[in-house]
Amino acid sequence: MRDSSGWLEHSGPDSDVVLSCRARLARNVAGFPFVCKASPAQRTELMSLARRAILDSHLEETMLWVELNQATPRDRKLLVERHLISSQLAEGDAPRAVAVSGNESLSVMVNEEDHLRIQVLMAGSQIQGAFARVNEVDEALDQRLEFAFSQRYGYVTACPTNVGTGLRLSVMVHLPALKLTGEIERLRRASKELHLAVRGYFGEGSESVGDFYQISNQVTLGQTEEQLLSEFRDQIVPQLIEYERASRTVLRERRERLLDDRVFRALGLLQNVRLLGLDEAMKLLSRVRLGAHTGRITGIEAGAIDRLLPQIQAAHLQQIAGAQLGAEELKEARADLVRRTLA
Amino acid sequence: MTCDKCNKPAVVHEVTIKGGKKAEIHLCSEHAAEAGFVVAQPAGTINQLLKQFVISQGAAAAGAASKKACPDCGMTFAQFRKTGTLGCTQCYESFEEELSLLIERAQNGGTHHIGKRPARAGRVGVDRQLEVRRLVRELDRAVAAEQYERAAEIRDRLNMLEPEIEEDLQSRAAPRAADQ
Repeated sequence: MRDSSGWLEHSGPDSDVVLSCRARLARNVAGFPFVCKASPAQRTELMSLARRAILDSHLEETMLWVELNQATPRDRKLLVERHLISSQLAEGDAPRAVAVSGNESLSVMVNEEDHLRIQVLMAGSQIQGAFARVNEVDEALDQRLEFAFSQRYGYVTACPTNVGTGLRLSVMVHLPALKLTGEIERLRRASKELHLAVRGYFGEGSESVGDFYQISNQVTLGQTEEQLLSEFRDQIVPQLIEYERASRTVLRERRERLLDDRVFRALGLLQNVRLLGLDEAMKLLSRVRLGAHTGRITGIEAGAIDRLLPQIQAAHLQQIAGAQLGAEELKEARADLVRRTLA
Repeated sequence: MTCDKCNKPAVVHEVTIKGGKKAEIHLCSEHAAEAGFVVAQPAGTINQLLKQFVISQGAAAAGAASKKACPDCGMTFAQFRKTGTLGCTQCYESFEEELSLLIERAQNGGTHHIGKRPARAGRVGVDRQLEVRRLVRELDRAVAAEQYERAAEIRDRLNMLEPEIEEDLQSRAAPRAADQ
């Protein structure tokens, strides 16, 4: 695997607030029980059917097929850190796999919670693009697999919260100003009303470290894919971007000293630390990212920070070092990497 | 503010003033549901919804529902309640009654799919898909048990459903009959 994901090489639109976006479809193959009730033999059969369908579809120039049981623990963790598989898929020893495109924008998980989870990642707020691509992939696979479908409930999924369209649209956003001005709580409350799920950087059950949040739709049934897309792309995400930008303007105009102190204090630390824990790294990088996007810091490309986020995690650091690293060594390696990048 | 009955945060607050006296009730979402308060629930996680559902149904009804099992995969409603995931497509039908309200709540009122359909959906609906596969399994079992008359009956039923499959089935049933 390359140093960092191809799709993250170039920042996308609205990257000051939106790091990336994701469109995901959940699908099950007809005639098999869902993964939790499928025997190892059935799961193996499903994997083989999925592999055939994915490779025959020539979805991308190169598709890497990884059977998780044959991958090392570090490789599995690498895939999680790059958002290509969930930690659920990384764990255990059941027959399961993932197909990943060369630039890592497309990944199809096989035998996670559903037989297939098709995911497209794109930089910035390219929600339309991610949606269009995930549908293309769905249609290609539809030609070769029979998807389980109910007249009433649509695409059937293991969890009723995914049934219907099976479509989950999400954005990874950076909201440091809303956090600093205390407005982030209003956002959380509003999200409940708007039926949006709000998660931290590390996904389900994680804290919002570094002011990064994953925001996604919760409803998947009773609306068409286009309706879900339109609401998310044209209303929810633009509003979110507006709020954060407005808060940043307020900070710049009325609390310049506070903003600068946060930003430069963080930069100073990151350029000088010798031991750096992950949590602290994320918090400091978040400040520096804010500084870069509000023009307080020049000379640091904001995209470099986004690319650092996966690289400061355990498996990536070990990959770079070419060795297993203990807790203290990880802190050393992280500090070194960050100092080098922000010099 | 915590719930009057437990330590969870209270989400329902009722203040009644009668005859100049003020009485306050503070309840968490579960105890509120139990007490009959209709709480406008945002779509929570499936586990939260399941908890509320069970409480609102009452212990007896929930108990009866728990024992229900899906004939296709064997999943019981009790298992579903524990894990939050169903076992197979048939579960949606097996637990239709219990699921419809749950789904409606989880999906903000959504009850029917109105979005896109798979290319093959027009040709074979899920009921047919399931029926066909169930019959094919029955046919294999009948042939394995050398119940050839029964196998022939099943094959006839399948003929009516899916003419294209017939050829495949004939080649399944024929060689084994020839082994007799």
